Amino acid sequence: MKKSLLKIERLTTSFRIGDDYYAAVDDVSLTVNRGEVLAIVGESGSGKSALAFSVMGLHAHARIDGRIYYKGEDLIGMPAAKLNKLRGSEIGMIFQDPLSALNPLMTVGEQIEESLLLHRNGISRAQRRNAAIELLNKVGIPSPERTAAQYPHELSGGMRQRIVIAIAIANQPSLLIADEPTTALDVTIQLQILDLIKALKNDMDAGVILITHDLGVVAEMADRVAVMYAGQIVEIADIFTLTSNPKHPYTRSLLQSIPNSAESGSRLHTIQGIVPSLKHLPRRGCRFQSRIPWIEASEHESEPELHEIEPGHFVRCTCHLRFRFPDSASDAGLPPSADAYSINGEEFRYGTS
Amino acid sequence: MALLEVRDLQVHFPIRGGLFGRTQGFVKAVDGVSLSIEPGQTYGLVGESGSGKTTTGRAVIGLNAITSGSVLFNGQELTAARNRSAARRDMQMIFQDPYSSLNPKKRVLDIIAEPLRNYESLSHKEEKFRAAELLERVGLSPESLYKYPHQFSGGQRQRIGIARAIALKPKLIIADEPVSALDVSVQAQVLNFLQDIQQELGLTYLFISHDLGIIRHMCDKIGIMYRGRHVEQGTTEDIFERPRHIYTKRLLSAIPDVDPRRRERLSAFRASVNAEYENGYADYFDEAGLAYALRPVSDTHLAALPERS
Repeated sequence: MKKSLLKIERLTTSFRIGDDYYAAVDDVSLTVNRGEVLAIVGESGSGKSALAFSVMGLHAHARIDGRIYYKGEDLIGMPAAKLNKLRGSEIGMIFQDPLSALNPLMTVGEQIEESLLLHRNGISRAQRRNAAIELLNKVGIPSPERTAAQYPHELSGGMRQRIVIAIAIANQPSLLIADEPTTALDVTIQLQILDLIKALKNDMDAGVILITHDLGVVAEMADRVAVMYAGQIVEIADIFTLTSNPKHPYTRSLLQSIPNSAESGSRLHTIQGIVPSLKHLPRRGCRFQSRIPWIEASEHESEPELHEIEPGHFVRCTCHLRFRFPDSASDAGLPPSADAYSINGEEFRYGTS
Repeated sequence: MALLEVRDLQVHFPIRGGLFGRTQGFVKAVDGVSLSIEPGQTYGLVGESGSGKTTTGRAVIGLNAITSGSVLFNGQELTAARNRSAARRDMQMIFQDPYSSLNPKKRVLDIIAEPLRNYESLSHKEEKFRAAELLERVGLSPESLYKYPHQFSGGQRQRIGIARAIALKPKLIIADEPVSALDVSVQAQVLNFLQDIQQELGLTYLFISHDLGIIRHMCDKIGIMYRGRHVEQGTTEDIFERPRHIYTKRLLSAIPDVDPRRRERLSAFRASVNAEYENGYADYFDEAGLAYALRPVSDTHLAALPERS
């Protein structure tokens, strides 16, 4: 049993709209262990980024309830000075959009050095420079000396993302939070970045929270997966269980929506309706109910809870017990006709990129 | 006869610099691309960012000036100015980002009716009727006519963009990353819908995407681009089952696999494809790092293979 690095207990993050507060993250409990990748999956508006920002204490005007223990210390209510010592050193964050995460007026070398300067006492200028070059090297930038002197706008998207990663890992964090780290990137670059995150996890025995909507990325990276819908966790399981035996209707619908036809022209599974907005979220009952109207209301719990259906596998609500797809689509697990491609005689299946 | 035939298309952008902004060189964004699409078919243009796939699509529809080469639409040469305006009606574009491709100050009615106003002189009543009909076709209620883009979700906005694109009953639609900005489940809705209207209206698509899963799902023929040139072209089966070019192989092997049980095998496999790529790079690309001309591998399959192999 690995030691838990981060323990989130009943976290609720609410934003003010008009006169009321609405919970974007609703009663979420999670743990992240050392050397583990926990993926948080969901569509836009599911609260996955709001969760990450809550851990980092980056919500200025939100109301946050619950506990976030990092190595046993509660981050909520921690004095800003102490929190600032942790952020950027013990806890690193890779932001989704590298162009807005980087300072356009500083060279990328200076930006990496800045995080070293803030968190390592008495480090000399020359040491900082060398460390920055070494970091650039580590994230696979071909000519680090030259790149260090460049500004963000001079670099491609993939390179910028690597800079953001270099900054996040500059002080060898124990916990790395990656918010859609490869969403804007091409597949070959994506693969390199994912390999890099894996290597860092192994080298530093760090815990990683990987936030993504891409189930292919999840299958490649995650040890455990938490699926979020409308602010709540609807399913948690290890990656092998989640892909072979998904339970919650939302998880199963997501897996079915991946383009995977053996013959092109076949129809993709779609989820009826839309994700309700924060303000119009049903606060009672199963939040996924309106998306699966063909399932009788009596199948849902009135106050859906996470049930542990097998060790380590939690599913919210009881609607999964009698859930079926309306269009007689294939049942649980990976679609049976998942596409194969073959190169040099070897066959592989894939999801979306 | 092919509906669209592109022959040796070149699109070069000048690099300006120096004190007087003189042209100091050219970026060859599209450097000799040829392709043809039969009526009712979908041609997928794939490549990484900067490969020239979007520029190719924009040049075909006339949003980027063509440096040289020819674009034949229904047998008519589009690079000749007199043919362009007639063909433009039959060619429409769906853009990547539904958040920036709809004018936020216009009502949905005005957005959808704009192409109608340009080409047809309809009365207000007729116009409204046609716009409502189009909205219904894309699965939105007629009340939406008087709403503004910000009142819709991403998937709905993309449908509005599609309604605008099909307003003039075009023959060819150029779809540039039409679902990249959307969530998986919404992606599925829009892709299904694009296939439905293709059937109903007999549309031909030039489908531009970096997502190989979607390309495979949607396309009959596929062209893989790298630095302004094709490295491989063929039917969907040719590309996915018998890829010949090392670049195509590397691209395919990088697609994330949805089955976690294959992780180890896959990573060993990727390493071998990568090794093949690194070792073969000098053979498959010229001194400037560009692909060679396409050579036929079979009746349907072309690859930019080195002379020697």
